[in-house]
Amino acid sequence: MRIEILKRPQNSPLMAVAAPLLAIGLTLITGAVIFVALGKDPLYGLYVFYVEPLTALWTIEELAVKAVPLILIALGLSLCYRANAWNIGAEGQFTLGAITGAIIPVYFPEWNSWMVLPLMLVMGAAGGLFWASIPAFLRVRFGASEILTSLMLVYVAQHFLDWLLRGPFRNPNGFNYGETRIFQEAARVPILIADTRVRIGLVIALVAVPLIWFLLRRTLAGFAVDVVGQAPRAARFGGFSRNKVIVGTFMASGAFAGLAGILEAAGPLGQLKPVLSPGYGFTAIIVAFVGRLNPVAIVFAGILIALSYLGGEAAQISLRLSEKMARVFQGVLLFYVLACNTLVHNRIRIVRSPRPASAPAAGSAVEVGNGNR
Amino acid sequence: MSEALLSAQGIGKRFGSVVANEAVDLTLRAGEIHALLGENGAGKSTLVKILYGALLPDTGTISWEGQPVRLTSPAAARRLGIGMVFQHFSLFEALTVGENIALSLGGGERMKALGKRIAALSGQYGLPVDPDKVIADLSVGERQRVEVVRCLLQDPKLIILDEPTSVLTPQEAEELFGVLGRLAGEGRAILYISHRLEEVRRIAQRATVMRRGRVVGTCDPRTETTRTLARMMIGSDLTSVVAPVPPGESAPVRLAVRGLSLARGIPFGVDLEDISVEVRAGEVVGIAGVAGNGQNELFQALAGERGSMPPGTVEVDGKDAAGLGITERRRLGLAFVPEERLGHGVVPDMRLSQNVVLTRHRTDPELRRGVTINVDEARAVAARVVYRFGVRAGEDDPVAGALSGGNVQKFQVGREIDRRPAVLVINQPTWGIDAGAAVVVRQAIVDLARTGSAVLMISQDLDEIFEISDRVGVMADGRLTPLQPTAELTPEAIGLMMAGMNAAESPAPADAH
Repeated sequence: MRIEILKRPQNSPLMAVAAPLLAIGLTLITGAVIFVALGKDPLYGLYVFYVEPLTALWTIEELAVKAVPLILIALGLSLCYRANAWNIGAEGQFTLGAITGAIIPVYFPEWNSWMVLPLMLVMGAAGGLFWASIPAFLRVRFGASEILTSLMLVYVAQHFLDWLLRGPFRNPNGFNYGETRIFQEAARVPILIADTRVRIGLVIALVAVPLIWFLLRRTLAGFAVDVVGQAPRAARFGGFSRNKVIVGTFMASGAFAGLAGILEAAGPLGQLKPVLSPGYGFTAIIVAFVGRLNPVAIVFAGILIALSYLGGEAAQISLRLSEKMARVFQGVLLFYVLACNTLVHNRIRIVRSPRPASAPAAGSAVEVGNGNR
Repeated sequence: MSEALLSAQGIGKRFGSVVANEAVDLTLRAGEIHALLGENGAGKSTLVKILYGALLPDTGTISWEGQPVRLTSPAAARRLGIGMVFQHFSLFEALTVGENIALSLGGGERMKALGKRIAALSGQYGLPVDPDKVIADLSVGERQRVEVVRCLLQDPKLIILDEPTSVLTPQEAEELFGVLGRLAGEGRAILYISHRLEEVRRIAQRATVMRRGRVVGTCDPRTETTRTLARMMIGSDLTSVVAPVPPGESAPVRLAVRGLSLARGIPFGVDLEDISVEVRAGEVVGIAGVAGNGQNELFQALAGERGSMPPGTVEVDGKDAAGLGITERRRLGLAFVPEERLGHGVVPDMRLSQNVVLTRHRTDPELRRGVTINVDEARAVAARVVYRFGVRAGEDDPVAGALSGGNVQKFQVGREIDRRPAVLVINQPTWGIDAGAAVVVRQAIVDLARTGSAVLMISQDLDEIFEISDRVGVMADGRLTPLQPTAELTPEAIGLMMAGMNAAESPAPADAH
């Protein structure tokens, strides 16, 4: 018996929907196996991870808080990945966005105008955009791998933040802790629903979804992104510049990550600290792919992954497992999503061994995968 | 007549909803040259892949020398004695002939011994092949000889050749026919796949004709005419292209290429050397030549895909286009149809309307509203092209990859002609498409020219060159001969130009690196 992977003549619309669900199912099964291996009750483990967080109102709020940066960053990254440009450094762009956005509350703590927050958001987006334009420029000008340069710039950004917090940005009344002062009220992202932690960042993320959808489906710029990603030679034939698309998508995704960064700093955190995110910029890569680079699906993917963050925290308390379990679940999910995506373009066929009755001459033939690919 | 060497009964094969083969019967006898005829998409390739073990049939049985067999892999087929020469060569350009052959044989034979075997075989069949030459230095005809030799080294009883003459000059084809005759004389069976009816009539003793996945008849092609064979293949009489009288010398020059030289952009590419050609309003100029002699480089240079060129080397209606990119050239009135359809001319996973936007977004203001795409207009253009050029599409506005090769070609030619361009540059307009679609495409090219446009057609199909081009030049080794009226030339004369310059310019034996 052998297994063949055959290219489908046309992509399967059924599989486009079923593949992420299949991946989630396989992740749950694998998760159960891991729980068993750790000596925990698998059903209870999965319950703690994926169901319990949904049973209380405050955890659902928390879900929204965590999903907002994931969705925002993943929306931007989906543009890059559609164009076959690999921005892995959203975490750094997130950090830089938080830094540039924080300049006003750090240096002008007395300024309480309605203009403060919009200005901070613009500056945050600009900071992320700038940080993302570095690997894009290096790629276009020198052919340097954007995967490596964007990733390395994450660590540069984090150390830059570290330095700022020990020096120029340090809270003068902060007892020498490496933190900025708490942002003034005008520099905080307003709460959306009273008595919750849900802020208007949620609205911004949800408004971005149709904007990205419109960009991709209806504009020439979005068309260029898809053509460059799907058929670079045809893109050049159509007169679309691959370099412009790479730079453009990097800048856009950097701006989204930077915006997410300042929304986080001026939102739930209220100040800059050495650790701004539990790896939102990296986890958003998974969100983008679980959402199959589709802006609407990314919303659901963002909620799902946010759930695994909460599950990780709950598992720490209820099951006494490391919160790193959340990372394991996210990694396993990404693995299955990428594997299952193969099924959209290909189908799997299981070929039985030749029936003995009909194969006297070639019965001894070695079975090899067919060569017509 | 001897008994059947290979017999296939009731072969069926489906791909999803597409029936590629249904109830196909085929019998091959030792010592015969058997032609497999059919249009593109008739199911020839599927049948051949099944016979070579690259595909498993859904239904049917295959017998080899009277014994039922199951061909589960090409290796199994080779062990039985079935060899195949593919249309698209599978050779590593950077390796030598001997190394390429050694790779496919897979055994632990020493290179020296293998070299001797290759030399002996090539002497025996009149297939001159030097085992120490690097593939990249060989012409297409020589590469095919390497493929044939590689196949013969396994001493096959059945040799399958897929469209072997499509890449050869008339003289090279002649030599191949001689070799095939010798092989058949030794008692080997030859399955010869072609859609060139003249050839088949000359060399084959039997022909099996396929249409839409089924066998529609078996005949002795020597007793048939080209017309009767064509009717079996297509199912109806083929209309021919109507070409009115070409314009005189007084017609204005619309495309002028002057002294264009361009160094190769990729390893194993071809340098263009001092290319000059003028195309007048109303005429079709054909560029003949064996593939790989600079035609693709010329196309890319004219399309502006290779960056800017010295001023004055390309002019459209008297305006210098040499420094312009592809979009600006299109705005001057140029239109391009590349040889590769999927991935170059069209994006396979995009809909026809999106593929309209691909090449026309800067020339058709109606396709845009500010920065957004006018989707309705794009759909309307796509529907117009589908209707006018008879593109057979299963649904409204399908993705391009869902169409057959001939229909994609009708679409991408129609997409450009629908713009009414001043100059159309088209590379291999009917390569790999069925005869019906080819007539549509050729007629559209002629009609476009006769309305006052200029057409530069690069083609390696000599029949096509003679059918629709008014003047012709030959490309060999990156150079172009001066244009001559097609009516004053014969295929043999063009063949000599294709080969002659090749021989004169062929590099000294390359050192093995």
